[in-house]
Amino acid sequence: MAPARDRRTGFSRRRQYGAFLAYVLAVAGAVVGAVLLVASTFQPPAFAGLRMTLGSATAPISGAFVAIGDAVNDIPATIGHYFFVHDENARLRRELDQSRKLLMTARTIAYDNRRLRRLLAIRDRTPDTVVTARLVSSTGTSGRRFALLNAGRWQGVAPGMAVRGAEGLIGRVIEAGPAAARILLLTDPESIVPVRRTGDGLPAIVVGRGDGTVDIRSITTNVRLSRGELFVTSGTGGLYAPGIPVARVRANGADSAIGQPFIHPDTLDFAIVQRAFMPMPPPTPAPRP
Amino acid sequence: MNAEQYNPFDPGLPPARARALPWLTVMAGSLVAIVPVVAIVPLQPPLGLLMLLAWRLIARFALRLWAAAPLGLFDDLLSGQPLGSSMLLWSITSLAIDLIEQRMVFRDFWQDWLIASGAIAFCLTAGRFVALPVGAHVDAPLTIQIALTILLFPMATRLVAWIDRKRGRNEVGI
Repeated sequence: MAPARDRRTGFSRRRQYGAFLAYVLAVAGAVVGAVLLVASTFQPPAFAGLRMTLGSATAPISGAFVAIGDAVNDIPATIGHYFFVHDENARLRRELDQSRKLLMTARTIAYDNRRLRRLLAIRDRTPDTVVTARLVSSTGTSGRRFALLNAGRWQGVAPGMAVRGAEGLIGRVIEAGPAAARILLLTDPESIVPVRRTGDGLPAIVVGRGDGTVDIRSITTNVRLSRGELFVTSGTGGLYAPGIPVARVRANGADSAIGQPFIHPDTLDFAIVQRAFMPMPPPTPAPRP
Repeated sequence: MNAEQYNPFDPGLPPARARALPWLTVMAGSLVAIVPVVAIVPLQPPLGLLMLLAWRLIARFALRLWAAAPLGLFDDLLSGQPLGSSMLLWSITSLAIDLIEQRMVFRDFWQDWLIASGAIAFCLTAGRFVALPVGAHVDAPLTIQIALTILLFPMATRLVAWIDRKRGRNEVGI
């Protein structure tokens, strides 16, 4: 490409000053960017209001796209169901017969469990659902794993609430705007979830790796983690209700292993926002001297 | 463009709209973040950066030198990076390309592509270290993302050249 003649400013003072001012503004832009970066590094929620206001504008648009995509995806599934309805009926009848026996056993166990817990005088808290909404988009270019939820303060969502799907834990709310909220997904490198092993209650933490898997780190040492073991939330810290499935061990390991989360964010349809299981007590006012 | 379609006296778009168009295309590139996909692995190419580089290298006076900062701010609000990171990195890239332009005055497309590749690799790598702890396991996806973005650059330049031709040949944005 030939050099553009516009670079020369000639004798025109106006163009000379204009060119100089453009450089000054460009450098000033970089400096402002650096200052904002430092500010948001030391105080991450500093610009949440700005971000979430824009998110509240984009989330309904994404939601409309989701609805269109669902409608298109439903067409082949509906046709498929129409043809395979007889086979499916037979299969479901078989499954119903099998699960009836299991259900009877489970009812007995549940009754026993309730009775024993009452004997022990354990006070059970059930997490209450705030809202059920869709995850409409995510940060696909950045290494951080955030998703945008199509519900915000107007629906009662507040930062710190837990977000779960039908199969397991999704993450937690970190910023809430008027009509959208930002969810820190389980697989984000800065997400930490306290968990326990389903078999023996071994305490561990699940830390995101950033590539769609998580690290399961045991809190005690000399522990074997073997493939297929399940980890559920322990309720420690009071944010997540206990017993929500989190991850499954993917490869054997000692003290630490790579795990696969139960949720598949790309196939998520609905996310359930729950109030923090055991919210932090309000800070006590400092005694006056 | 066919010879009969070409009209040297075509006035193109009115100046205000012709000046706004590059801004709008870069912002549209940033807005790709709102497509309804919940990605597990960060592989989506940063189309806002790609459009900015294409405008900067193909039609250098379409965007002012300082335009990188406000466009980067808009991208930061959508991309999930800490606020200010694109603002800083895009401004640095824009100034660096200006320095390179003073040295390499006669360039062809391959050199433009090379410059863009360097800028993309710099922005994405620096953005990774700004946003994530060093121990995060995102280096393989990051490499793929950089490669994808570099391979998309020729398409971005085709798009930008097409838009620039539609804008008309008025001398805006000195």
